[in-house]
Order: sequence, then structure tokens, then C-alpha cells
Amino acid sequence: MEGPYQHEASDSAYQFTKAAIAKGHEILRVFFYQDGVLNSNKLMDPQADDRHIRKQWSALAIENNIDFIVCVAAAKRRGINDTVIAEGFKIGGLGMLTELAIEADRLVTFRA
Amino acid sequence: MLHLVNKSPFESMSFEDCLKYAAKGSSILLYEDGIYGAMPGSAIADRMASVTSDYKVYVLKEDMMLRGVDKIMDGITEVDYAGFVGLVEENKTASW
Amino acid sequence: MAKLMVVFRTAPYGGIYSFEGLENVLIMGAYDQDVSVLFIDDGVLAIKKGMDNSSTGIKDFSPTFRALEAYDIEKIYIDRASMEVRGVSLEDLVIEPEVIEADAVEKMMEEQKNFFIF
Repeated sequence: MEGPYQHEASDSAYQFTKAAIAKGHEILRVFFYQDGVLNSNKLMDPQADDRHIRKQWSALAIENNIDFIVCVAAAKRRGINDTVIAEGFKIGGLGMLTELAIEADRLVTFRA
Repeated sequence: MLHLVNKSPFESMSFEDCLKYAAKGSSILLYEDGIYGAMPGSAIADRMASVTSDYKVYVLKEDMMLRGVDKIMDGITEVDYAGFVGLVEENKTASW
Repeated sequence: MAKLMVVFRTAPYGGIYSFEGLENVLIMGAYDQDVSVLFIDDGVLAIKKGMDNSSTGIKDFSPTFRALEAYDIEKIYIDRASMEVRGVSLEDLVIEPEVIEADAVEKMMEEQKNFFIF
């Protein structure tokens, strides 16, 4: 996934996830990697008249008890660690993306 | 197969690249900047018309609204996010 | 064992995609899955010979492609037309993938449990 605000990918992924939940689907996991790890930054502070991408994600993760994984290697490159990660997100390895590919009926990538 | 195209066909090769590999009869969803490919009267309208005869082409309504695009070519079907989810239910998905 | 595939379709260095794709291939191999690798479009440039990072320091990951077989990843394919468009032939590459035609790509994707395009 691309970075939030920089690219629409974060918004599309959020809207898609919300719509899939609304249709009764089980979301096994949302995996954030590349610049997508920036979605988890609790220091994110956008202007008040715009959507707050991180807060939207956190609410979705908590309300629906979904596993949101932030790729550890991508996070470390970008200065994202446990001290800046917001509620609802967890840091995990790339293997968790492979597990998704093995287990999920469908896998959708939102890329730049 | 559902092919996802999110880039403007006037800026990127991804729509044409997708068509090189997509089997005839498969589905293509234009979303984000990809929706500009669905506008009537553009330089690629003839190309898109021939694509719609070989593929099922969809365009994401929310991304059209956001961009002020309210007309699409004949042969292209408008879907919302619920429809997007429906297409994913039916198909494996390739993001170009 | 699940059939998984990583498709490389972007050029290296200008973006991180092909590097991320390679990391995914290695992890899938470590999970003992039935992994295929496919190079199409600018992805064919990710395995070009002669990469030299001595002036920039950006990590050169082409040696890792050469090591894929050591990870038991042997299903490696490349699209003929993508090579031709770029004036690249098999001799220019660090590995020797099996050459396929574009119309085989969607079928390969359909055969997988899941796949990624980088």
C-alpha cells in the first residue's frame, strides 16, 4: 500500500474494507507495508476539515476486532516503532502476509 | 479474473499493460485515477469502445463523484464499493 | 502447500516494488509453499546483469535472484514480448527464466491460491 494522503490507496483500502465488513465478510487481516506503514502513526495530525486516516483505521480495527499488521522491516526503515504506533495496529513480520496468501479466499492489493 | 486499474490511461501504461495479459471476457474495474478512462469523448474513447466489446468493464462510482465525472461511455457499468466487493467475491484480483 | 506467485512488473531502484517482491518470494519459500515467479513489463529489468551500486550505495539485490534455486524456487518465468520491447535477451539476465507468451499470464494467475504483483 502507498502512503496516506500522498496517494488515494489508503482511502480506497479503507472504503473497501468497510464495504466488505458491511456485506458480512470476514477480514482475516489488513497488512500495511511499504509507505502504507505510515497509516499507523499516532502522531498523524491532519487539518480539521479533512478525514483523519489513522483514526478511521483504528476505529475500524477495534470495532470489528480485525488484525491490522504493520510490516516490521518497512516500519523500521521509516522510523515507525511501538512508541508511535496507534491503537488497533500491531507490528509484525512479512510472513504474516504470506500466511494471508495461504489462508485467504481473496487477497486484494491497494497499490500506487 | 478481476483486473484493477487505478491510474489514468493518459498518464500511465497500466491499463494497456493489463490488457496485454487479461483474457478476453474477464473483468476490469477502473478506480481512483483509472476512472478517467471511462469518460466519453476522450482521445482513447475508440480504444475503450473496442475494449468494452471484449471485456466486462466497470467503473467505481465513488471515485467518479469525487472527480466530478458524471458521464461514462456506453458498455461500461457503474459500481459502488459494495459492487466492488461483489466483483471480488466472484474473482481473483490482479492490481496493475 | 498453496500455490503462490509473485509477479515482477516494475523496474528496480526507481521504486521499492521489485525489492519488496523479492523479499516476499524468499518468505514464501521459507514457508515451504509452491512458489512461482514471473517477470513481465519493466519487471524484466530487475534481473539485468551488470548492476553496480558502488556510486550510490543503494542495495543491489540482483545476487539474491541468482540464489532463488538454493531456496527451492524453480518455477521462474518471463514474458517474451516484455523482453523484446526493451531490447533485452536471456543472455542479459542474471538468471534464465522459462520464456512464456503474454496470453499464458492470466491462466498462471488463475491457477494460484493467491498472487501478488510488484
